[in-house]
Amino acid sequence: MWRFIGSRLLQAIPVLLVVITVTFFLIRVAPGGPFDSEKAVVPEVKAALEAQYRLNLTLFQQYTAYLGDLSHGDLGPSFKYPGRSVNELIAAGFPVTAELALYALLVALVIGVIAGVLASLKPNTAQDYIPMSVAMIGICMPSLLLGPILILVFGVYLDWLPVSGWGDSPGDKVLPAITLGAAYAAYIARLSRAGMLEVMSQDYIRTARAKGLPEWQVVSRHALRGGMIPVVAFLGPAFAGLLSGSFVVETIFQIPGLGRFYVQAAFNRDYTMILGSTVFLATLIVVFNLLSDILAAWMNPRLRNQLRAQ
Amino acid sequence: MRFGVLKFLCIVLTCLALLACGRGESNVVQGNRDGILHFGNGAEPQGLDPHVVTGIPESLIINALFEGLTVKNPHTLESEPGVAQRWDISDDGLTITFHLNPQAKWSNGDLMTAEDYVWSWWRALNPAMGNQYGYMLYPLKNAEDFATGKIQDFSDVGVKAVDEHTLQVKLNTPTPYFIQLMDHHSTFALHRPTIEKHGKATDRFTPWTRVENIVSNGAFRLKDWQLNRRLSVEKSDTYWDRDRVKLNGIVFYPTENIASEERMFRVEQLHYTQTIPLEKIPVYRAMEDSPYANAPYLGTYYYLLNINEPPLDDVRVRQALSMALDRERLNNTVLHKSNVPAYSITPPGTLGYWPPKVFDHNIEAARKLLAEAGYPDGKGWPGLELTYNTSESHLKIAVALQQMWKDALNIDITLTNQEWKVYLDSVDQMDFQMARRGWIGDYVDPNNFLDLFLCDGGNNSTGFCDPDYDKLIQHQAPQAKSRAERYAIFHQAETRLMEQMPIIPIYTYTSNHLIHPSVQGLPPNLMDYVNFRYIWLDKNQEVVE
Repeated sequence: MWRFIGSRLLQAIPVLLVVITVTFFLIRVAPGGPFDSEKAVVPEVKAALEAQYRLNLTLFQQYTAYLGDLSHGDLGPSFKYPGRSVNELIAAGFPVTAELALYALLVALVIGVIAGVLASLKPNTAQDYIPMSVAMIGICMPSLLLGPILILVFGVYLDWLPVSGWGDSPGDKVLPAITLGAAYAAYIARLSRAGMLEVMSQDYIRTARAKGLPEWQVVSRHALRGGMIPVVAFLGPAFAGLLSGSFVVETIFQIPGLGRFYVQAAFNRDYTMILGSTVFLATLIVVFNLLSDILAAWMNPRLRNQLRAQ
Repeated sequence: MRFGVLKFLCIVLTCLALLACGRGESNVVQGNRDGILHFGNGAEPQGLDPHVVTGIPESLIINALFEGLTVKNPHTLESEPGVAQRWDISDDGLTITFHLNPQAKWSNGDLMTAEDYVWSWWRALNPAMGNQYGYMLYPLKNAEDFATGKIQDFSDVGVKAVDEHTLQVKLNTPTPYFIQLMDHHSTFALHRPTIEKHGKATDRFTPWTRVENIVSNGAFRLKDWQLNRRLSVEKSDTYWDRDRVKLNGIVFYPTENIASEERMFRVEQLHYTQTIPLEKIPVYRAMEDSPYANAPYLGTYYYLLNINEPPLDDVRVRQALSMALDRERLNNTVLHKSNVPAYSITPPGTLGYWPPKVFDHNIEAARKLLAEAGYPDGKGWPGLELTYNTSESHLKIAVALQQMWKDALNIDITLTNQEWKVYLDSVDQMDFQMARRGWIGDYVDPNNFLDLFLCDGGNNSTGFCDPDYDKLIQHQAPQAKSRAERYAIFHQAETRLMEQMPIIPIYTYTSNHLIHPSVQGLPPNLMDYVNFRYIWLDKNQEVVE
C-alpha cells in the first residue's frame, strides 16, 4: 500500500514540472502583456515596471528564477494587485472555494446517490425515468442559468435567501452550493444508477435475498458498497473540478474565492498569478486523484488484495 | 415512493424558510439608520497606493480616504479648497502658490506640510516607481525630464516648499487645467514616515496600504478590507472639515458581475450601483420615481481607422463610412437611448466647450464620396475588417453598423473579435484596418481628447499626422489669453481633425447608475465624480419597489 502511494507521489513530480513549464511558456506566447492598457504607457514607466517584476531578464533566466522561488514555496508578487503576493491571494481565496466545493459535493452526493439508487431499484418504471430525466436536465442546465433562476425565485421573489455574499448572513451559502452541485448531482445519479444496476444482478445479492434479508438491508448493507465504486472513483476528479470550475458560481454570487482570481488572472496576463494558481490546482488534482484511487481500492476487495500482495 | 420525494422537498423548503427568518433588515435600511452608504464599486481595487493604481474602482475608494490640494464640487466640477485653503496664480500663468490649510492633518494626527507634497511628487515622478499616471504632473517645469531619467536632481523640478504651509509650483507653459489635476490621486500627498517604515519609498510591493498600516488624510479612514468581499471606511476624526461630513462610513463592494449587482440593488443590499445591464434600462426607465440615473459622461466611443492602408488611406472613403452611419437609430435601438450620438471626439459641453459638427448622417453624400473614390455602389470594394474586443455590447453595435454600411453603401465589412489583451496589442501595433476604441477623459478639458491625435501621441493609433493640427494644440492653445480664445483654437483644430476623419465617432458615453432614493447629495456630472463629503442618507425616503 505504501509503495503504491509512494510511487504515485513520485510520478506527480514530473507531471507538475511539465505543468509549470508548459504554463510558463504558453502564457508568454499569448499576445499582450500585464502592463498593456487602453491608455498608452510611457516607455520609461513600462521599463521601470518590467524591472520591478524581473521581466527585463531573458525568458530562460525568468524561468529558472521562478523555479528557484517556487522551491521555497514563493509564488511571487501579483501583477494585477501590487502589494499582494500570489501566496496571499491563494491563501485568501482557496479556503472559500474549498468550502464552497465541499458543500457542493455534499449536495451532489446526497441528491445524486438518492436519485441514482431509487432509479436503480425499479429500472424502467416511473421511479427510474423521473429522477433520471431530472438528472439529464441537471447536466444540460449550465450554472450560469441555474444560478440566476434560483436567485430570482428564492432571493428576489420569495426573499428567503441572500442573493450574494459569502459568510455575511445566514443562508448565503445555500444557493451557491446547490447551483455548483447540481450538475455533479446529475452525473453522480447516473453513475450510481449504473453501478447499482450492475451490482443488483450479482450472485451475492441473490444470496443475501435468499437468506431472507429485507430488501432495504440488501441494498444498504450489500449492494451500496459495490454499487458506489464508480461514484467514489469520480469523487476525486469531481472535487478538483469543483475547485477549478467554481468561477461562474463565484461570479454570480459575488463569492471571494480562488476561481475568480484564477480566471481574471488569465485575462489580465497576471503571469505569476496564473502560474501560481495552476501549480496549486495541479497539485490538488494530483492529490485528490490519489485519494480517490486509495478509497476505491479500499472499497473493492479484489483491488485491495492485489495491493496487499504487492 | 412519491411521498418520499414530496417529504424531502417539504423538508428542504422548510429549512430554507427557517433560514429566511434570520435575514433581518436590509443593508439599505440599516445603513440609512447608521449613516453607512453601501456602494457598488465595480471591481476589487488593485491596491490603494495613489501613485500606483490606475482604475476607477481604486480612484473612488482613494477619494474617500485621501484628499488632494483641491477637490471638485460635484455639482459644477469647479475646483474647491481641499488641503489647499486658497491658491494664487501669477499673471503670466506660470507660477501657482498653494496655501495649505493649517488644520489639515494626517489620520495619525500629524500636521500636513508643504514638504509632504515635495516628497510625494518626487515619489510620483520617480522613474523607478513606474507610476502610469505620472504624466499628470508633466505640466510642472522639468517634471517630464525627471520622470524619464534625463535629469537626476529633483530640485530642478518646479515644486518648492516656501514655508511649512506654502507650496510654490512653476509650470512649463500656462496650464489652465493644472488646478483640476490636483484632485487626481497621482498628485496626492502621502505620509512619508509610514511609507518608509514599510520598505523603499519607490517599491510598489510594500504593505503600507494595509488596514493596520495606512495613514491617509481624507474625510474617511480605512476600517476593514476583505479581499474580493468588501472594503469599509469610517469617518475620520482628524479630517479638517469633519463637521461637514455627514456619512459615518461607506462599504465598497467589488460588484464585478453587473447582473449580480443589479440583483443586490433590488433586494436593497446596495444604495448605489456602478452600472446597469443594458437590457434592464427600459424596465427601470418605465418605473415611477425611477432609481435609474443617466447622465452624459466625459468619454467617447469611436472606431479607429488605420489611414496608412487602403482603402482607408483615401479621405473620401473615411468620410463616406462615417456619413453612412445613422447614429440616432443605433442609439434608439441597440443602446436603448442610453447614450448620445457623437459627431466629434470631444464630448459636447466639456466645461463650456462645444465641438464642431463637420458632417451629418447623409447617405446620398456618402454614396457620392464612395463613387468618387472608385467604388460606385460598392463595386470593386476590397473589403474591410473591423476589430473589437470580445464583448456582447461591442458585438451588437458592430453588427448594427455592419448592416448600415451594407444597406447604405453596399459594402461588406467583416467583424473580428479579439480577447482584450490581444486587441490592445493589435491596436498598439496598428495591426488592424478599423478598430473599436473608447476614451475617457482624465480631466475636464478639450485638450485631453484633442492631444490624442498629435503626430507622436501615444494613443493616436491611426497614422494621422498633421503639423498644423499639432501647432494649434501644442503652441497656440496654451498661449491663448482667455478661455474663449483657447476654445476657438480647439474648435479650429477639431474641425481639421474631423474633416480628415482618422476616426469615426459613434457615441458619447453616459454614466448609468441605480441610486436608492434615500441617497442625497450625489448629483450627476460629466466626470461621474463622486464627492463623498457631500452625500447624506435620508431615512424618510420610501423604499423602491
